[in-house]
Amino acid sequence: MPVSLLWAVDVYGRVYSLSTRGQQWEQCRDAVLEFKRVTAVQQCCWGIACDHHIYLNVHSSDVPIRYQEETFENQRWNPMDNFSDRLLPSDRWQWSNITGLEHQPLDSFFLPSTNWEWEGDWYIDENFGGEPTEKEGWTYAIDFPATYTKDKKWNSCVRRRRWIRYRRYKATDNWATIPSEGRSGPLPDPFNDISCGGWEISEEPRGRLSLWAVSLQGKVWFREGIHHHSPEGDGWEEVSLPGEVVQISCGPGDLVWAVLWEGQLIVREGITRDCPRGSSWVVVDSPNPEAGAIHVAVGDNVVWAVTKDNKVWYRRGINSYNPRGSGWIGMIGEMVMINVGLNDQVWGISCEDRAVYFRQGVTSNELSGKAWKAVNVPRDGDIRSHSSASSSSLHSAGCFFSGEVRAQSVMSEDSDTKNGPQRAVLEVKREGATTAVTAGPSIPEEEASLREADAKSPPLALVLSPSLSGGPGDPQWSNVDLEETQTHLAVGPAGVRGDAADTCSLSSVATYTLCQEEPYGADEHPLWAWVSGGGCGVDCHSQLNWFNSATALSSSVQSMSLSISPAQTAAWRKQIFEQLSERSKREMDNFKHYEQAIEQSVWVKKGAMQWWRDWKPHKWVDVRFALEQFSGPEGNQDGILFLYYNFNEEKKYLHAFINEVTILVPVLNDSKHTFAVYTAERTKQRWPIRLAAATELEMHDWLALLSVSCCDSRGIQGPPSKQALWSVTCKGDVFVCEPSPSLEACPYPTPCDQMFWHQVGGHLRLVECNSLGVVWGVGYDHTVWVYTGGYGGGFLQGLASSTDNIYTQTDVKCVYIYENQRWNPVTGYTNRGLPTDRYMWSDATGLQECTKANTKPPSPHWTWVADWAIDYGISGGTDREGWQYAADFPTSYHGHKTLKDFVRRRRWARKCKLTTTGPWQEVPPIPLSDVTIIPCGAQSIVEPIPLWAISNKGDVLCRLGVTLLTPAGTSWLHVGTDQPFKSISIGGANQVWAIARDGSAFYRGSVTAQSPSGDCWYHIPSPVRQKLQQVSVGRTSVYTVDQHGNLWFRQGLTPSCPQGSSWEHISNNVRKVSVGPLDQVWIIADKVQGSHSLSCGTVCHRLGVQPMEPKGQSWDYGIGLAGHVQHFPHRALVIFKLCDSVFEHCIIVI
Amino acid sequence: MADDKDVLRDVWFGRIPTCFTLYQDEITEREAEPFYLLLPRVSFLTLVTDKVKKHFLKVMKAEDVEEMWFDFEGTPLKWHYPIGLLFDLHASNTALPWSITVHFKNFPERDLLHCPSNSVIEAHFMSSIKEADALKHKSQVINDMQKKDHKQLWMGLQNDKFDQFWAMNRKLMEYPTEEGGFRYIPFRIYLTMSDRPFIQKLFRPISSDGYTHTLGDLLKEVYPVAISRDDESKRYQVVIHGIEPLLETPLQWLSEHLSHPDNFLHISVIPVPSD
Repeated sequence: MPVSLLWAVDVYGRVYSLSTRGQQWEQCRDAVLEFKRVTAVQQCCWGIACDHHIYLNVHSSDVPIRYQEETFENQRWNPMDNFSDRLLPSDRWQWSNITGLEHQPLDSFFLPSTNWEWEGDWYIDENFGGEPTEKEGWTYAIDFPATYTKDKKWNSCVRRRRWIRYRRYKATDNWATIPSEGRSGPLPDPFNDISCGGWEISEEPRGRLSLWAVSLQGKVWFREGIHHHSPEGDGWEEVSLPGEVVQISCGPGDLVWAVLWEGQLIVREGITRDCPRGSSWVVVDSPNPEAGAIHVAVGDNVVWAVTKDNKVWYRRGINSYNPRGSGWIGMIGEMVMINVGLNDQVWGISCEDRAVYFRQGVTSNELSGKAWKAVNVPRDGDIRSHSSASSSSLHSAGCFFSGEVRAQSVMSEDSDTKNGPQRAVLEVKREGATTAVTAGPSIPEEEASLREADAKSPPLALVLSPSLSGGPGDPQWSNVDLEETQTHLAVGPAGVRGDAADTCSLSSVATYTLCQEEPYGADEHPLWAWVSGGGCGVDCHSQLNWFNSATALSSSVQSMSLSISPAQTAAWRKQIFEQLSERSKREMDNFKHYEQAIEQSVWVKKGAMQWWRDWKPHKWVDVRFALEQFSGPEGNQDGILFLYYNFNEEKKYLHAFINEVTILVPVLNDSKHTFAVYTAERTKQRWPIRLAAATELEMHDWLALLSVSCCDSRGIQGPPSKQALWSVTCKGDVFVCEPSPSLEACPYPTPCDQMFWHQVGGHLRLVECNSLGVVWGVGYDHTVWVYTGGYGGGFLQGLASSTDNIYTQTDVKCVYIYENQRWNPVTGYTNRGLPTDRYMWSDATGLQECTKANTKPPSPHWTWVADWAIDYGISGGTDREGWQYAADFPTSYHGHKTLKDFVRRRRWARKCKLTTTGPWQEVPPIPLSDVTIIPCGAQSIVEPIPLWAISNKGDVLCRLGVTLLTPAGTSWLHVGTDQPFKSISIGGANQVWAIARDGSAFYRGSVTAQSPSGDCWYHIPSPVRQKLQQVSVGRTSVYTVDQHGNLWFRQGLTPSCPQGSSWEHISNNVRKVSVGPLDQVWIIADKVQGSHSLSCGTVCHRLGVQPMEPKGQSWDYGIGLAGHVQHFPHRALVIFKLCDSVFEHCIIVI
Repeated sequence: MADDKDVLRDVWFGRIPTCFTLYQDEITEREAEPFYLLLPRVSFLTLVTDKVKKHFLKVMKAEDVEEMWFDFEGTPLKWHYPIGLLFDLHASNTALPWSITVHFKNFPERDLLHCPSNSVIEAHFMSSIKEADALKHKSQVINDMQKKDHKQLWMGLQNDKFDQFWAMNRKLMEYPTEEGGFRYIPFRIYLTMSDRPFIQKLFRPISSDGYTHTLGDLLKEVYPVAISRDDESKRYQVVIHGIEPLLETPLQWLSEHLSHPDNFLHISVIPVPSD
């Protein structure tokens, strides 16, 4: 899990964040203002400052938030002026949007706010649907509006071109003020509560968020138009209410609850993709009739509430069909507020000590969790409290910055008149504090005595605000606060102790306490006012270091050195290693000729298994299974695998030598725990030994044992070598192969069916390495992983696994099923199909019945993490309910109904998650879809190692600082593009080629070690009428595959013309291509003659590739593993394709 | 950088070169040649000395042979202590090979246990493992194992099969990550100069306030004499598997990596040789 932050505000209004890997609260230094509340999501944090204004802090990212503005310049031809901006009166504007309906001259574009800046000036887009246009970028048509082409024809009467300009959000990592403006001018009253969420409602537009706010008068406002390209949103819309709201909470999905002044709760209903604001409120009674609710917090599937007596309540029966739930359960613990974060994890601030508590044991099965545990870490301010206080008070006292000055003065206008004189006092005091503080650090003794004095004098905060000391049911609220709130709220029934009052008191406390210089010493408990975990990604598996570093920083440092860096460098460890090797020298080196006390003997492990019978009818039969291990002739371990079965009442057996096993593949499916044992011979026959163990545990025990003995028999121990070849199966399992010296040695290289592959823990979708030990992988959920140098993990526990460098790895993917319906004249679309139709709930092919109930995760390792949801993102588009229409099954579907459509389908997706371990560490935070590392030989180490990637949003990225010692690199450099990209490859001499989503190819110019990201993109015309899919670059060769499976070779590449001249067609029916560092060409081909007509690809290798003949001559249709390797590819991304049904695999070098 | 797994191998494959000499008073038919053997540090004397017995029986009459036992410089060697421990405790600062005297008569009933067969060693070994797991996991792990798993542990030791032994033993070395270690560390501290055979107490790897206990903490608590004060010269060596780990070594790590196959951390405290 990536590092994420828990946000909190203390009673003095200081904002802190706590990293999930961290062990101390970091004060948010930019927060010049004191804050009342914050609400965090992963990408940003919203807050209400004590001036009641809303501020937004967008976390900076390696990929900036940039928005492409576009406008079109339109021209018409006339005989006089040729093409000119003199248009007909009926024509569109000379500068317009794409439809021509809106007038959009270049100077009509303004930055939305001061938080944005222009990236450059306007320029002309010379890319037209994947094809480069003429220099001026004009596209021609007969008339507006019509189809445009990039070539001028005799009848081209109009032309237009597209201008682009980028603007960039610049106020990242800063608290940017959000104007309180509604549709019709400024809002009438300031804000009091805020809650952000709703990102799961829809992925369109990207990064969409719902922001709900409550004003001091109890009105609720919804902020429109917040999404990735508009982090600030557009404006506030008022939401009608049945009463006055004091506090609101919005979950990641469609749950929104609020608390009314009177103590009831209201639930928003009707929140959908199309209407994220929802439609109506429903009232839910307070859990306790005597004590109304004062606070509510919602998550994905949970609602927690706090009543006025500080009791905590959990709402039963919440789900997406029933946002109201069914009943309250009282929980242990007394809290002043509660917040629900990601994965429905819960935080609270205790009533008793005002500490932040984490709810332990919250899992999807037990959403209410088990117990409260105090988050017990020091704050960075505790160590340098004096100096930080002095700097921040300096800021607020004198050295105002533009934006903040305004904010501060607004505050004194907004707040009651009392604030004025207080502030005066405050500033005087602050100055006093500053002088005291400057003396402080230099004389530690004095500082200590100062603190003691503070501790002895009664804390001012407690005197002023009894609510802080409030025990359970403590009725009084400071008069000051009540007065303050009542000035704003004319209505205020006596004894109402709403949450708003609480907040106000907090904000005023914040002003008061600043009068003191450091009100408490380091060992006093910090008092917290607000916590927000909406951006904090923890779950029940997370290891948090938040709880036991209680005593002192020294102990926390020590436990950190044990847990985080596994004491690799510790002296004691080094000492043990040294002494052990000394001991071996002393006690054994001179005595090697002595006899061993224990003779090596044969060791047998037996078990019962099921075996997929070799002959027809194939079925699972019970067999006895035995592994005999003995010392081989050269002293290494060897073994034989025996399988005893009965055939016609006769006892028979089958055996395999351990040193001939080439790969052991776990084939988990939902019914049996099976694995396959391959040898070279069996690979040729395409018939491995398939075995099923009784339990998963037993299978893993066997696999681990067999794997270790296979490695032993081949003398493989420890982590893979730097030259190792890496591969992933289509199940996501990771395998490595040690290239033997003979692999390098032409002309008799090891045939690939004899290569031995052994498994390494982890789960990846793709893996890429550079043959120098830098290995990167990308998971199914686009998470990026870098190889840590360890081995083992997953089921490879104990000896088969290194102790260090093994980390938890998770992956998430979706399982899809289809709901199919047919139209009939009477009832319209129903789930009653024709007898010949597919299942009404099916897989994509329609051949397999897949209902919501019977569809299981892909293997027992995967668990569901969400419910079934309609998938609107399917290609072809959908209507508002997710349906796609077609004339009949199976055909191509479109997103709207026409008269000819008689069937429709919609796709349902359900997320499942896998948690495993392996030698992989996450490279946060940007998810990737493709990654490429420069291929290099051992003799030519280039550092830093060029590594390029494409984010899952299509951004092109270049990794900086990748070296052999720091394979994860340091940061991403964003390489700007005018459109999203999908494939990238870097070749021998820093040639970077990439394919955009529109199918056009690009070459990146001037990529060198000095300028790792190059200077500009050269648009390379695609082969005629083809959209390219994938690119691979070798030492010099460049190959691409288009959407129709054609393989193209780039001709005319020379050092002076690295873009080449034209595409030459090589082959069709190609799915994927991979070019090695010696220009070896490998493809996955479909429909290869002679092979089975199975959908899984065949690996072919290009024969006759020579330095002077880079295209090669013909294909070696090596089927499966039977093909021989000519030169071994050092770009060693190899994919196994493995189908459960046929257990067939082939090896694909990409 | 070497991996912690290598420590396990080094510990397992530790060997002590030994010279077995027949006791001078034993009656032989002809002169008995000394017998040289590499003894596994982690095994037990009577488990690995079949060859020794066979060797000496060749020169002896059957009626002169009773139960075989060993001494080193007059100290009878307890077979139920691991060999490495015996060596560290009694002979760590002597010249190699280790010279052991073999006896076939006058079994020292007061000092040694009888060892009529390997099943006695197995019973002793398994009871140690069970005791250790009682300390580490309230016996939960060992009780969850099947009979054949227990057998695998024993067979692993008996046949010197590192892989087979550790395939099982790793389960005994697991602990819940949130607890940071075992419940108690199974250890025994042996003193040469004491009447007590060894010291064994309940000691946790992590203190209640989250502090990681080290070897030094253990000694301070259990046998403070072993730690020399700053102002004095070192008086005792604290030896495990023939090496002296630093006192700041975390105890949990030691227990996981330097325990004997019987799952105990056998710590010898021996006086620093005077010369």
